[in-house]
Amino acid sequence: MTAAITADGLTIRFGTFTAVNNVTFSVDKGEIFGFLGPNGSGKTTIIKALCGLLRPTSGSGTILGMDILKDAAEIKRSVGYMSQKFGLYEDLTVDENIAFYAGVYGIKGHTAVERKREVLNLTGIEPYLQRRAGQLSGGWKQRLALACAIIHSPQVVFLDEPTAGIDPVARRALWDLLFRLSGQGVTFFVTTHYMDEAERCGRVGYIYLSNLVALGTVAELQHLPAANPEHTARIQIKTANPSALLDSVRRIPSVREATIFGHSIHALVESDQLDALRTQLPHASIVPIDPSLEDVFVTLTYRIMESHP
Amino acid sequence: MNRLFYGLIPICRKEALHIVRDPGTLFFALVIPMLQLFLFGFAVDTNIRQISTVVFDESHTQQSRELLQRFTASDVFDLRGTVQSPAELNEAIRSGKARVGVRIPFDYARHILDGTTASVLVLVDGSDSTVAAQAVSTATGVAMQQSLAQVIPTGNLPIDVRPSVLYNPATRSANFFVPGLVGILLQVMVILLIALSLVRERERGTLEQLTMTPVAPLGLMVGKMIPYGVLAFLELCAILFVMRVVFQVPIHGNVLVLLAMSIPFLLTVLGIGLLISTRARTQAEAFQLAMGTVLPSVFLSGYIFLVENMPVVFQAISRIIPTTYYIRILRGIILRGAGLGDLWLDGLVLTVMGCGAILLAARQFVRQRSA
Repeated sequence: MTAAITADGLTIRFGTFTAVNNVTFSVDKGEIFGFLGPNGSGKTTIIKALCGLLRPTSGSGTILGMDILKDAAEIKRSVGYMSQKFGLYEDLTVDENIAFYAGVYGIKGHTAVERKREVLNLTGIEPYLQRRAGQLSGGWKQRLALACAIIHSPQVVFLDEPTAGIDPVARRALWDLLFRLSGQGVTFFVTTHYMDEAERCGRVGYIYLSNLVALGTVAELQHLPAANPEHTARIQIKTANPSALLDSVRRIPSVREATIFGHSIHALVESDQLDALRTQLPHASIVPIDPSLEDVFVTLTYRIMESHP
Repeated sequence: MNRLFYGLIPICRKEALHIVRDPGTLFFALVIPMLQLFLFGFAVDTNIRQISTVVFDESHTQQSRELLQRFTASDVFDLRGTVQSPAELNEAIRSGKARVGVRIPFDYARHILDGTTASVLVLVDGSDSTVAAQAVSTATGVAMQQSLAQVIPTGNLPIDVRPSVLYNPATRSANFFVPGLVGILLQVMVILLIALSLVRERERGTLEQLTMTPVAPLGLMVGKMIPYGVLAFLELCAILFVMRVVFQVPIHGNVLVLLAMSIPFLLTVLGIGLLISTRARTQAEAFQLAMGTVLPSVFLSGYIFLVENMPVVFQAISRIIPTTYYIRILRGIILRGAGLGDLWLDGLVLTVMGCGAILLAARQFVRQRSA
């Protein structure tokens, strides 16, 4: 299978500040690739570089086989982009917004009519065609933004935090849409803060302090040695009042990390101290678990913070 | 060519929709300049008449009354009252009750009758230099006339100057100021509207979206300029109409040439607006920058003060202000009936400035979008 997106040693510096440091990854066609990282970690910068808006300081990349350094104009025609701000004109109607983006991508006549029908069917926004974009709810704005971003049938779509500030129903509706499109072969590159969203993605990259620190499927990341240090075990401690117990659990020397997770505590502990722990916490039930994606990223982040004080 | 201006038509169409949809834009573009035209057009009158004047007449004679009569007849002085001491005379000027004080000494009539030189003191409040200058020159003229009447009782003067003021025979202020005002009003409106339009897109995130599309920087810039240019052109026609009909300023030259030569100016101010929008991050910042262009173009363009009288540094500055050239075009065509043959250089300078500003703005835009 050929790759839809590749980045090879991508490095971007602004003066002395390194925004993206030697990032390498590839995304297959039809894949939904999740890109996680805190604000300012370089996510948007990477998108800009891949779309040809920003010349990387070093390294290279391709989109659908096109070189990001040489074919910027071609790339822009073949990719869709939707940001957290949606990029809609609120004083224009839904219809006018779609027509504008169709025009901007040079889609005319019969093709324009057909594409419009397709995105309307896909997003179900047809009943609101004559409504001003500013009067739509957040969820509908997001669907309109997606309709505009895919009006030119792009094979690669970048979504930069597409679900920030959107209610859960609308979020799920958007993901359903993404899965349908990816089933048709469209590749998605999605940045997000939400772990549950990341877990929906086929593969996930985690960028921290300009470095890509983890990359793989959710299952691969969960079993990453760096996230599961030797001689440790990840456990769930079920107890009546986890928040009352948290502090005393954290004080136990064999506990490396502990955090509340719903009605239980998730902890990373020395594996040979597991039995001792059981006797120390007689009223709690302790079971081994796989780390969640959040556990993985927290552990990785701590490791980096320890090595770069 | 097609690639250079890619996206021009959809941008243009969309921008026209924004204008039509937003009553604020239309109000600002069409109503505000018109209101200002009325306001400033009626308010500005540099012909100074009826300066408030007080008199301290110690002479109280036929001769002193004759002199005062001449002062009043000039229409420049308005005798508001008399005072009884030099201190009162000073006080009247200091307090602002009068701008001019005339003191005729007790020996005035005696000197006149003796044929020796009589002196009259004219105190002038210098806080408004135009008023002061007018008062001094008129007072001198009045004294001169009175002296001549004394020396040559027949009234046959050796030299008779007959000034004839061309193009503006009544020396009406409106004829001089309103054509210049047209340029200033257009400039403020155009710069502000286009700068705000681009900065608004930046604030709302639509600009970021556009940079991800194949729209070319020049397609975006020129696409935005066209609807605002058309709007400004319509307003120009309306302003010229009001100038002609309401302010009775005759247009001596060809109106079509005037309209045609307005296009390079519009191009320039649109370009400046775009340049501002590449600098400003917020609408408030864009507003401040746009307003910053107003004062230089009012004071250094020749709109109020003669460029030839300015220090060399300011003359140089006035040469880089587009309004300087447009005001020359406006006054040339409207007041003197000048044509393309006289003003082509001004038009050319504006065209070069305009294209330069637009290209510079496009380049700034390309540089910024990556940051």
